[in-house]
Order: sequence, then structure tokens, then C-alpha cells
Amino acid sequence: MEHIISLTLENKSGALSRVAGLFSGRGFNIESLSVAPTMDPSMSMMTLVTSGDDRIIEQILKQLNKVIDVIKVVDLNESDFVARETALIKVHTRPDDRAEALRIADIFRANVIDSSPTSYTIEVTGDFRKIQAVIQLLQPLGIKEIVRTGRVAIAREPLRTVASQPRPVAKAN
Amino acid sequence: MMQLTGAEIFLESLKREGVKTIFGIPGGVVLKIFDVMHQQNDIKLILTRHEQGAGHMAEGYAKATGKPGVILITSGPGMTNVVTALADAHMDSVPIVCFAGQVPTALIGNDAFQEADNVGISRPCTKYNFLVKDVNDLAQTVKEAFYIASTGRPGPVLVDIPKDVSMNKAEFKYPDSVSIRGYNPTYEGSKWKIKQAADAIMKARRPILYVGGGVLFSGASQELRELAEMTQIPVDMTLMALGGFPGDHPLSLGMMGMHGTYVANMAVHYSDLVIAVGSRFDDRVTGKVSEFCPNAKVIHIDIDPTSIRKNVHVDIPIVGDCKRVLRELNNVLRATVNGDQRELRKPWWDQLNAWKQEHPLRYNQDPEGLIKPQFLIDRLYHLTRDRDPIVSTDVGQHQMWAAQYFQLSSPRTWLTSGGLGTMGFGFPAALGAQAAFKNRLVLCVAGDGSIQMNTQELATAVVEKLPVKVFIINNRFHGMVRQWQDLFYEGRYASSYLDRTPDFVKLAEAYGAAGLRIQKPGEVDDGIREALAINKPVFVDVPVDQFENCYPMIPAGGCNHEMLLADPPELQKRQAVGAQQDQQDQDTILTA
Repeated sequence: MEHIISLTLENKSGALSRVAGLFSGRGFNIESLSVAPTMDPSMSMMTLVTSGDDRIIEQILKQLNKVIDVIKVVDLNESDFVARETALIKVHTRPDDRAEALRIADIFRANVIDSSPTSYTIEVTGDFRKIQAVIQLLQPLGIKEIVRTGRVAIAREPLRTVASQPRPVAKAN
Repeated sequence: MMQLTGAEIFLESLKREGVKTIFGIPGGVVLKIFDVMHQQNDIKLILTRHEQGAGHMAEGYAKATGKPGVILITSGPGMTNVVTALADAHMDSVPIVCFAGQVPTALIGNDAFQEADNVGISRPCTKYNFLVKDVNDLAQTVKEAFYIASTGRPGPVLVDIPKDVSMNKAEFKYPDSVSIRGYNPTYEGSKWKIKQAADAIMKARRPILYVGGGVLFSGASQELRELAEMTQIPVDMTLMALGGFPGDHPLSLGMMGMHGTYVANMAVHYSDLVIAVGSRFDDRVTGKVSEFCPNAKVIHIDIDPTSIRKNVHVDIPIVGDCKRVLRELNNVLRATVNGDQRELRKPWWDQLNAWKQEHPLRYNQDPEGLIKPQFLIDRLYHLTRDRDPIVSTDVGQHQMWAAQYFQLSSPRTWLTSGGLGTMGFGFPAALGAQAAFKNRLVLCVAGDGSIQMNTQELATAVVEKLPVKVFIINNRFHGMVRQWQDLFYEGRYASSYLDRTPDFVKLAEAYGAAGLRIQKPGEVDDGIREALAINKPVFVDVPVDQFENCYPMIPAGGCNHEMLLADPPELQKRQAVGAQQDQQDQDTILTA
């Protein structure tokens, strides 16, 4: 099953490769990974999408906790979360396709951020399925190139004070 | 405030950490540090002949003393040579701090002479590693390195020091304590889980303690013994745990696993409660995981949460330091245990004793025949046991026999490479232990294959006056490989026959050490005594029966209760022919 894991780690050289190396060394999957500094510049936040059965996910969480540069590990699947991804799609447009491309962009509230006589570059943000849908619809027109950010995710705030909150996995080495 | 160079800060920091001995080899980028080391007498620097030797010596030192072993080597090849030892220490949780030289910071990444990405190379085989980019960070880094190496689940830590960092000056202030926000090992076990464990122990009819190296690292031998004696629960030890519980104790079933004793493996398979303490359910212990202790509840006590439920299902996980958890568990049990435990456990012990008698460890030594390796090791054990020796081994058949026949009675007397299975480990590890304990008897049981992977350290042994006694179980084969080829590859000895082994007696003498050879069963006792009496490093070459195999054996992926106990008949036939040839070879060697 797919899990989205949110990691807080030291913002220093080597921290990313320790996490990446852990996944390759132990044969765990990484479907996507995105990382950037937080408001505290000494820390970065990583959103990591992985998959595996319960036993593997348990190992992944424990192994991540064991990495000394990792400060906090949260399995977002333990609670409610929102996830978003941005894609930049360069779509080839023949003269009679150009309106269709704009229409599709419009439907998905996507922006055209660059255009040339034969192409549009469309920026779209949304959840995983929305991105997939845009790509599917643009495909017949001819997609020249796609870049995607990978997902970032954040836990939802509870509606009521008693609602379940994401449980940080106990940090212990 | 005085300004010190990086090299001086390094020295002062090591002194603050109480380091007495370090192992290493100089090179261009660490000369400043070696120069400073040369002008002081507080820390002994042992010059080895190969960086791998330095690495294993530091491991032997650490395993025997419990303190971190310290290595100092140069960049590039110095670093790559030590990688095997770091990987070995990582697998076996040995506290090591390795200081590596690095090219000057301005040259890093330029493919400079003797440059290697030390941090990148060592990342997967260290617990943590550092590149010190500023001399002002050096003292803090050294402090953190020792802290990380020796706390929690111990392991190797690498500190990469560029040349300019060792030359530049900074104010020296050694931190009193460290706090690393991403590293907080759990020492105290959950009381609630410990209570659950105690309840399970009280209910169990066929419990077994399955103890690993963690018992030694946390110094929990006393607590373990108290637990076993109070509850009369039998003790199975892994290869790494030997010495953690007295091997000759009536509650000890000896070693378990691939070449463990029959009773130890049967006990775990038929138990109804496995109490794993500081062990990690390695595949050499569990055999086929899906059929490991099929009817047992499992309690697992370990300081490393990743060890728990990594390979087998655990019913009662307890994350914590073995010593503290066992102490707490003993407290709970002491209040609950009632009645005669011996009486309660009688049916279980009757069964265990029956298994013990059914298939004890055995070998047949023909007094006129070739020396059996087990006989040599058995005699070595009996002739040295009252001196409480430290025993190191290499990797292979001789290692398993040493593990089976040496019933070590005290902790930190067993130095062996378990997880990584590093041939060439034994001799330097013995030297490291001897460097720590000048007056103790240090033995090394080696094979003729393994010893050849680090014989250069004979020079270190002689120069540093480290009188280790090395017994080379010489079968002119990579014996364990040959055994697998006999059992699973129809006797095709692909690259396992060592056509030419050196004359180990002459080899030792060439370095200024002593060399002896024991050739007949009748000479074994005298030969051992003679070797022990020499106050120098000694190589004792013992040509043995080439075709002796190590049993019991659980074939890889087999179940723990399905052990091979002797050579299968078709193998015996094949070997009879081989043995005849061997005898002829021996005769030619002896008459030559």
C-alpha cells in the first residue's frame, strides 16, 4: 500500500543521501521525494512517497528514525492529510488544437506559463489523480515534455479538538 | 586562550576521551597529526602494516575492553583499506572511531592525489560519519563521534579531517556533554511490556533464552545469569554472545544456529516461549524464518527498534538496554516466582537432557591417524581454561569448532567476526586485545586460508611485543567452502583447494616470531604447552584431517530441527578416497 511519510531532517550536506542510501541499500521503494528547508533554516522537510506491506512500512519508519540526521518521522497515512503536486506540461499544438489545449487548462484551473507558435507550457497543481487526468486529456494533442515536483503533503488540522491527530512515530535509536 | 592546531586539538580531545591506544598508518595528509602524536607519551600509537589490520585491531581492542577502538589512517587507499573493518564493526555493533585524513578542503572534489570520498564510501558501513570543514568544529565533532560510537547500539563512526583542518589553529574548548536532536537511544524498557514479559515467562512450560551480542555490549551477563537461575530457563547463545553466559554452566545449552548444538536448536524449535535478549534473528540463527520456533510466543528485548520485527514476528517487543530491562524484569519476577522452579521445569529439562545425550558434540580421534581439528581445539580449551584466555577466531570451520568447544566463562573473551564473516579478522583482533591486556593469555584460532589474509601483522606483533598464540588449523582448503561443495556441489572443489600454503613456521620466523608445528595427535598437548610457554608471538601450524566437516549443520534455509549430524553416506565414500590421498600427501610433506 502507498504511504506518504513526512520527515524533518537536519539541513546539512549528506542528510538527503543518508535517506536515499537507506532506501536503495535496503531495497525499499521511493516513488517520489521532495525536499526543501523549513522556516527554521537548520532543518528541512521531506515528503516521501513509498509503498509496501505493513511489515515493510514498519521497517521503513523505524529505519528512518534510526538515521541520526532525521529528527522526526510522521507516517501521514495514520491520519488525514492533503497532498499536492505540480506538473509543468509542454504540449505540442497545431493551429486547430490551440483552443482545445486552453480549454483543457481552463477546466483544471491550470495556467499557461509559456507559449510558442507550436506549443503551450501548462502549469497544473492538484492531487495525484488530477495531474493524471490532465495528462490523459492532453496526450492526444501531443505532449513534448513533463516535469513533476513529486508530492508534498501536510496533515489536516482536526475539525474538532478531539479528532485524531497524526501520531509522530516515537523517536528512538 | 591558547590557540592550538587541529592536530593538537585532536590529541587533546582524545586524551579527554580517555583514549590509551590507537592503531594506524601515516600518509601525506595526516602527517601533522602523526607529528603531534610522535611528541607525546600519553597515547600509544601502534603502527600496523595494513589499514585493515589497524581496523581489526581496533575491533579486538574494543570487544575486549568495551571501550571504543580508535583508528588513524590517511586518505584515499588508507581509507578504502579500512572499509572492511568498518563494515565488520557495523554488522557486529563494535564501537569504533576512525579518523581519516582528507585532502585539503580547497581540493576536495578535484580528484586530488589520494583523494577518495571518505564520507560517501563509508556511509553505508558506519553508524554515522563526519567531514570536518572548519578547525573550530573539530573538538565538538570528536566528542560527538565518541558519543555516537559508544552509546545506544554501538557502532563505527568515521571522522574525515582535511589536511588544512589539522594545520589551522583554533581555540581549544572540549565540550562537557553532547546533545544531538536526532539521536536519543531508549535505555529504559516499557514497564508495562516488562510486566507482560514476566507474565508470559510465568505461564510458559518450555521457555528458552536466546541471547545475542547485545548482552555483552550492555554488560548484562550478571542480570542474565540471575534471570536464568531464578527461573531455571535454559540459555541458547548466538555466536556473538559466547562468554556472555558461562558456557560450562548447567543451564547453558551452548551455541545455537547453523552449527549450533543439537540441543540448542531443538530447544528453540520446540519451545513455547522464546526470550530473545540483544539478538537480531539473523538468518544463520533462524534457519527457515517461516518455521522458526513455530509454536512459541516471542519476547524481544533490544536497544535497536529496527531489530524488532525485522525478520520474525514478535509478540512482546521491549526496546531498551538489555541490562536495565533484565534488571527490571528480574525485579518483577522475584516478586512473582514461587515454588520450586526446578520442579516446575523438570519435564522440559528431562527433554533437554535427552536431546543433549542423544547427539552431543563429538569427533573420533584415531591416536595414530591425522589430527582432527576438533581434538586440537578441545585440547587447547582444556589446557588453557583455568587462565581465562581471550580467544579470537577467523572465519570458517575452525571458527565454528572453536565456538562449539571453547566453553568460555567470562564476557569479552570471545572475538569473532559474526555478521560480516570477515576472513583475516582473527589475528589482528587478537593483537588489539593483547595491546589492551598485556598480561593476559590471548589465543587466536585461525585457518590456513584466513590467516593468509593478514599475515603482514606478524611484524606489528613482533615490534609491539604482543605475544599472541596463533593456532592455524591447516587443512589446505577453504574448509567451509569445501564442506558446502561436498554437500551441495557434488564434491567439485571450485577454487577451494589451496594448492600451496606457505611454511607457517618459517613465515613466523622470518618476521622474528616463533613457529611450531604439531603433527601427531600424541604431540598435541606438549605442542600447545610449548607454544604457551614462549613469550613471543607464536604461529603454531597444525596440519589436520582435510576432510573433516563441521556438524551439526542446518543447511541454509533449512529448519532448526532438521540438522545434518554427520556426513551423508555417499560423501563418506567419496571422502575415504580423498583421505587416503591426503595421508600420502602428509607422508610426503613429513618426509620431505
